[in-house]
Amino acid sequence: MGLLHFLILSMLLFVTGAVGFIVKRNIIAMFLCIELMLNAANLSFIAFSRFLNLVDGQIIVFFVMVVAAVEAAVGLAIIIALYRNRNTLSADDADSMKW
Amino acid sequence: MMETALFYLFAAAALASAVMVLVNRKVFYSALSLVICLCSVAGLYLILESPFIAAVQIIVYAGAIMVVFLFVIMLLDPFSSEILRDKKRCLAYIGVLLGVLAATILYPVLRAYNLARAPRNPGFIEGGAGSVARMGHALFSDYLLPFEMTSVLILIAVVGVVVLAKRQASG
Repeated sequence: MGLLHFLILSMLLFVTGAVGFIVKRNIIAMFLCIELMLNAANLSFIAFSRFLNLVDGQIIVFFVMVVAAVEAAVGLAIIIALYRNRNTLSADDADSMKW
Repeated sequence: MMETALFYLFAAAALASAVMVLVNRKVFYSALSLVICLCSVAGLYLILESPFIAAVQIIVYAGAIMVVFLFVIMLLDPFSSEILRDKKRCLAYIGVLLGVLAATILYPVLRAYNLARAPRNPGFIEGGAGSVARMGHALFSDYLLPFEMTSVLILIAVVGVVVLAKRQASG
C-alpha cells in the first residue's frame, strides 16, 4: 500500500470532479463537483503527510475543510440569490457577465 | 492482507460514488452519492492513520456541509420534494427499516463499550503524523496565526451570507 496508490486514486477523483464541473449545467451539481475536487486534493495531502511523516499536511487539510465549509455557505447563498432573481438553476442562464 | 483489501474496497466505493455524482441527472441523488464518496474517503484517512481528520470528514463534511447542500436542494429543486410524496415512498420505508436495524446492532455494542478498558491504538494518540497529539501541538504553536485567521474568515462569511440571502426590500 504505497504512496502511489493513494496519488492515483486522488488523481482519478480529481479528474472526475473536473469533468463534472465542465459537463454539468446545474449550478448545484457544479458546486458538488468542486467539493469532489477539494476532497481529492485533501486525500493526496493526507497521503503525503503519512508517508513523509510530516504533520503539516494534516493541518492544511484541516484548513481546507474550514474554507470548504465557508465556501459552501457563501456559494449556496449566492445560488439562492440567483434563483430568487433569475428563477433558474442553470449556469447557462446566468450569462450577464459573459462578454 | 487486511489493509490492502480495505484500501481497494474504499477506493472502489469512492470512485463509483464519484462517477454517480456525474451520472445522476437529479442533483438530489448526486448529493447523496457525494456523501457516500466523502465517507469512503474518511475510511481511506483511517487507513492512512489520520483518525482526527477522518472524524472531522464525517462529522463536518459529510454531516454539516452536505446537510446544508441538501437543505438548499430541497428548497430550490421541485423534484426533491416529489420524491417522498409519490412513487418513491417505499424508499422511505426501507430507510426507516435500515435505521432501526442499525440502531439494534449499535445499541448493545455502545452499552458494552467501556472507555477506560477499551483497547487503545497508541499510534493514534501520539506518534505518527496523523496523531491527535502532534496535530494539536502544531495547530496551536506553528499554525496559531492561520488558526485564528480562520475565525475571522468564518465571521466574514457569516456576515456575507446574511447580506446575500437577505430578501431585497425593492429591486
